[in-house]
Amino acid sequence: MSAHDHEHSQGSHGTMGSYMIGFGLSVLLTAIPFWLVMNQTFANPQVTAFVIMGFAMVQIIVHMIYFLHMNTRSEGGWSMMALLFTLVLVVITLSGSMWVMYHLNNNMMPHMEHDMSQMP
Amino acid sequence: MATRSAIDPAFLDNDGNPLFHLGEDPHHPEGSSTALGFWIYLMSDCLIFACLFAIYAVLGGNYAAGPGPRDLFDLNLVALNTAMLLFSSITYGFAMLAMEKDKVGATQAWLAITGLFGLAFLSIELYEFAHLIHEGATPQRSGFLSAFFALVGTHGLHVTFGIIWLVTLMVQVGQKGLIAANQRRLMCLSMFWHFLDVIWIGVFTFVYLMGMLR
Repeated sequence: MSAHDHEHSQGSHGTMGSYMIGFGLSVLLTAIPFWLVMNQTFANPQVTAFVIMGFAMVQIIVHMIYFLHMNTRSEGGWSMMALLFTLVLVVITLSGSMWVMYHLNNNMMPHMEHDMSQMP
Repeated sequence: MATRSAIDPAFLDNDGNPLFHLGEDPHHPEGSSTALGFWIYLMSDCLIFACLFAIYAVLGGNYAAGPGPRDLFDLNLVALNTAMLLFSSITYGFAMLAMEKDKVGATQAWLAITGLFGLAFLSIELYEFAHLIHEGATPQRSGFLSAFFALVGTHGLHVTFGIIWLVTLMVQVGQKGLIAANQRRLMCLSMFWHFLDVIWIGVFTFVYLMGMLR
């Protein structure tokens, strides 16, 4: 990669237009989940939980594109590779912890209750 | 076949014969790899937050007969806090745009506004923490509260150091102007600042909004 490419990748800070689009989108994507929860729009809290998680994911992508200027070209694609690798690790950490601890709690529960019944 | 004149001089020896090895290591301009290096630091920071989120996911329901999210969280305050961080993100963007146009005064002004929004965010968060602790919802109270204070506190600590960094850069820009090194530093802080905003999206969704649904 030539020096010129480096300078270009460092110089891509976005434009006034892209920042305003990103800001507008993130205000919307923040306001809607707050509104959904505060007004209890959906009777079923699980539906609300899934919807606001969806909004959070979209907002994270919006921030990545418009504020962090992520694309597949910057740094010869290496920043995107680092991001994808991190995402894999984050998913493993989160889903793995929750999966393991959920089963641990479930399987320990009868034993715990048994112990509790021994309490005076 | 490329003619000899088209070959990069770095690949020729002093007599003009092609070299089959590099005469010297490829020369990169100073700071050319800073952006990628800083990005990789941010990704490792992201893993710290992933662990803290995982802890909160596991322990978030262990109230130990103490107060739960519904008893403690005030969504109006969280919405105000989120707005502060969002505003600080866009004002930092304006600072970067001013920096690109080489306007020192405008850059400094937008940086100062960003810092004030950051301080407002921190003040609201500290007020919230003080309120919780005053009500007896200390980190020692339950697993839920330990995980909550660890996650939200770590984010707040990052914002604190971001503000210290921002003030440091304002002093440096004031002394040296928008030289290449300062532009590079401002770009790193820009990534750091926007990254904290991304983490906050996870915090307000996962901790505060989902907490109110429990």
